[in-house]
Amino acid sequence: MAQIVLTNDLGRQFTGGETTLDMDVTDVRDLIRKLDQKFPGIAEVLQDGSMAVAIDGNLHQDAWLEDIGPTSEVYFLPAIRGG
Amino acid sequence: MGVDGNYKWVGKRTVRPDGTDKVTGRALFSADSSMPGMLIGKILRSPHAHAKIKSIDTSKAEKLAGVKSVVIGKDFPNLPNKTISIGILAANFSEMSDKLMARKKVLYDGHPVAAVAATTSAIADKALSLIKVEYQVLPHVIDVDEAMKPKAPLLHKKMITVGVDPAPTKASNVASRCEFGFGDLEAGFAAADVIIERTFKTKPAHQGYLEPHGAVVSVAEDGQVTIWCSSQGQFMVRSYCARLMQIDEAQIRVIPAEIGGGFGGKTVIYLEPVAMALSGRAGKPVKMTMTREEVMRATGPTSGTSIDVKLGATKDGKLTAGEAELRYQAGCYPGSPVGPGAMTAFAPYNLENVKTVGFDVVVNRPQAAAYRAPGAPMSEFAVESVIDEMAQKLGMDPIALRELNAAKEGTTAPYGPKFGPIGNEQCLEAAKNHPHYSAPLGPNQGRGVASGFWFNVGGESVASVNINTDGTAVVLSGNPDIGGSRASMAAMAAEVLGIDYDKVRPIVADTSSIGYNDLTGGSRTTFASGMAVCNAATDAVDQMRTRAAKVWDISPDAVEWSEGHARPAGPNAGDFEPMSLADIARTSAKMGGPITGRAAINAQGAAPGFGTHIVDVEVDPETGHVTVLRYTAVQDVGRAIHPSYVEGQIQGGVAQGVGWALNEEYVYGDDGCLQNTGFLDYRMPVASDLPMIDTVIIEVPNEAHPFGVRGVGEVPIIPPLGAVANAVSNAIGVRMTDLPLSPPKILAAIKNGS
Amino acid sequence: MPTVSMTVNGAEVSVEVENRTLLVQLLREQLRLTGTHVGCDTSQCGACVVHMDGIPVKSCTILAVQAADADVLTIEGVADGDTLHPMQAAFRENHGLQCGFCTSGMVMAGLDIARRFPDVDDATVRRELSGNFCRCTGYHNIVKSIVAGAHAMNEAGG
Ligand code: FES
Ligand code: FES
Repeated sequence: MAQIVLTNDLGRQFTGGETTLDMDVTDVRDLIRKLDQKFPGIAEVLQDGSMAVAIDGNLHQDAWLEDIGPTSEVYFLPAIRGG
Repeated sequence: MGVDGNYKWVGKRTVRPDGTDKVTGRALFSADSSMPGMLIGKILRSPHAHAKIKSIDTSKAEKLAGVKSVVIGKDFPNLPNKTISIGILAANFSEMSDKLMARKKVLYDGHPVAAVAATTSAIADKALSLIKVEYQVLPHVIDVDEAMKPKAPLLHKKMITVGVDPAPTKASNVASRCEFGFGDLEAGFAAADVIIERTFKTKPAHQGYLEPHGAVVSVAEDGQVTIWCSSQGQFMVRSYCARLMQIDEAQIRVIPAEIGGGFGGKTVIYLEPVAMALSGRAGKPVKMTMTREEVMRATGPTSGTSIDVKLGATKDGKLTAGEAELRYQAGCYPGSPVGPGAMTAFAPYNLENVKTVGFDVVVNRPQAAAYRAPGAPMSEFAVESVIDEMAQKLGMDPIALRELNAAKEGTTAPYGPKFGPIGNEQCLEAAKNHPHYSAPLGPNQGRGVASGFWFNVGGESVASVNINTDGTAVVLSGNPDIGGSRASMAAMAAEVLGIDYDKVRPIVADTSSIGYNDLTGGSRTTFASGMAVCNAATDAVDQMRTRAAKVWDISPDAVEWSEGHARPAGPNAGDFEPMSLADIARTSAKMGGPITGRAAINAQGAAPGFGTHIVDVEVDPETGHVTVLRYTAVQDVGRAIHPSYVEGQIQGGVAQGVGWALNEEYVYGDDGCLQNTGFLDYRMPVASDLPMIDTVIIEVPNEAHPFGVRGVGEVPIIPPLGAVANAVSNAIGVRMTDLPLSPPKILAAIKNGS
Repeated sequence: MPTVSMTVNGAEVSVEVENRTLLVQLLREQLRLTGTHVGCDTSQCGACVVHMDGIPVKSCTILAVQAADADVLTIEGVADGDTLHPMQAAFRENHGLQCGFCTSGMVMAGLDIARRFPDVDDATVRRELSGNFCRCTGYHNIVKSIVAGAHAMNEAGG
């Protein structure tokens, strides 16, 4: 199962503080859908462009279709804006 | 190809394609275009830091001969109060519109309240003077710590801090709180032999781009809008104008002028929608350019900050815990870069226990805009200062302490994910081995070291590569060339196509000539647009291979492309004469039409950059004046596509960072109005303030990019703040925590010893 | 409105101006020589440097009427036809620019420095350049460009 890590702020808002989860998912979209089933409302925040996701160390922004492997480590983090 | 290849054009110091235009004055910047019948637009700005607008009377101005239109806040659409993401930016259009033209209140000195368009500049000035605005002045607040106090004047009566549980019941100037980190801080600090706690302050600094904002806007009778302006993204200008003025994006064409510097400050717009409103009413094109005073009073500087850092280490130098609280000025509406500040603060270090908390605080200043590595220079300055002090306390060499605790591949970054391959350790090692680091120091001199980290970003990019029948190529991309990116695009395309660099002409296309591109910022252009250019060139190569295969009647898979030629490969190797790009291009009509390679991507896999800087300073004990004697900047850039422009970016970032550390600051009067509105007393470094800046380029390639690019532009502004402060502290034997390190502060520190 | 006559880049011009018209406005707005840039309102930045009778001046601080009968050289008049002046070539080849906004003023200032110090070194360039801002380059390549340009001018016989 892939290990999913949410930010502390997401934990506070949606999961009652839980930030590390093990889930069976195939890609980012699937992950967001399944997270939303568990924690209703979280999908909106994860998809409004304010969050990025790192899969096995690689940073992705706005990437629904990125694959998540069975042993992947997935971290959500605020989207990086630039100067 | 491949990230480790030997290249003909990538990594070479080619002459930039726009070089001649820029040394002859031919290049057209934002203020250089004009149109027949064009009017001049000007803005009336608030003289108060915080005030209610009781009334605005524009009737006299409207009657003045030569005035063609006048607009105030109510002439702009009211928009939903919601933050949305657009590409790599986030925006709340209700707030943005209010910043463009104040509605009920003015929130800073310089806030626009009205605008006019007239036949001449003098008439426009006269018209502004005829507009009567009645204000009710309100108490104001500028400093971030003051703004957080319970009794502080409130900018927004209904603002409840987001990110606090349970939500506060009282409004405050604190827009939001964010938090990052992991581990057990208490245990971490319990395991420490030495704990250092300090508070740091930095002043707001302006990006200081030399070209003031400017735009020429024409709204035609049929509603079609054409905008010539300089910005960090023509598509950003289009999206913002469309939303702010409630018209379709397809109706707006934004033609990018050359941009005279941006550094993040041109990722927002100030004039274009106002000029649209004026032009639409007048039925004539309108030109608006800011004066330097307007740039200083009313465009986005970066935040002033106040930061607490606590760091623990064992006596042999292992960092056990790090904690920071960051308070950043947002300006008049939420949106300081405190988030990235909190994420980057401890990023160069491997910490098991780390926590950063950030507060985004509104104050009566213009909205903070991005400035190179937004948020990071301040937080990393605070941490790098404490690291330096820790090394002193432990009797360790400051680079050795950093090496012992360096983040490397596999380290969990303080903001969550694990790092992939990164060049942090390589930078530290190169700095340690650089002759600068062991050079002797004289009396009153000090040496400072600091590291820096930035994420770098990717984003949406489109490119096309058109192969001409004479064997040349035109490369279209959609990012303004802010520091030599045309040269990089041409080099990458030449490399992939296998033709000479000077046979490639790179063009920065307007919004109607190419698909959407995120803006130039976050160090994304060479990475993301570069990736699109490489992919588009590869697409063109594939088409040419297919055509050669048809001519030879073999499978396209049996055709390889090298040195600008299609060559039969595998079982057919040597069977046919290779065909050059020019040969194939010449017959393009017969073979199915023009050859155009295209790529439209959302570039993923941006990889972080690290740098380590060393600086020597001399402090004059009589005057407190600091002279920068020697500067060396080491940085991992993944791959330097054009080393001269990579070095130039690093040197420019260093100069800005040194200015921020030593001289640059906003000075406000008791009335909350900015007092240093020009270059005379907002002191940016001049040539005589700086030495030559030695650069060392480290290349740990980013596997996600065809040539290994990470990004360059953000990292180099981060370490100078800490490095300079550490050098000064070491020179005078007193820890300096309050930037800028102006002579009076240094004299006081020498005198008081603290 | 007064009419002023002057020579600009070798050509005689006569233009109607207001008393308060600045030389930079005359050049940019009336003659459309937009290579001379405006970066500030306080005569600090040097983006507007032109030569008046061979002397570098900040054209934002000179009234057009003060330039009456003068011989004015702007960046547009520096190249010899389609051949870049050695100072321009030096900026181009030494990557003495990023955004290019300061470049016109830097080239004009560089020409004057080269004329006064044919064997100029880095330190002299830095000292003499303190009236010109660049925010992009950290000055490193600009200093190199001016030194290279001066030496090339020297070799070419001034
Ligand atoms: S425009 Fe800045 S000195 Fe003239
Ligand atoms: S190159 Fe941009 S200001 Fe000098």
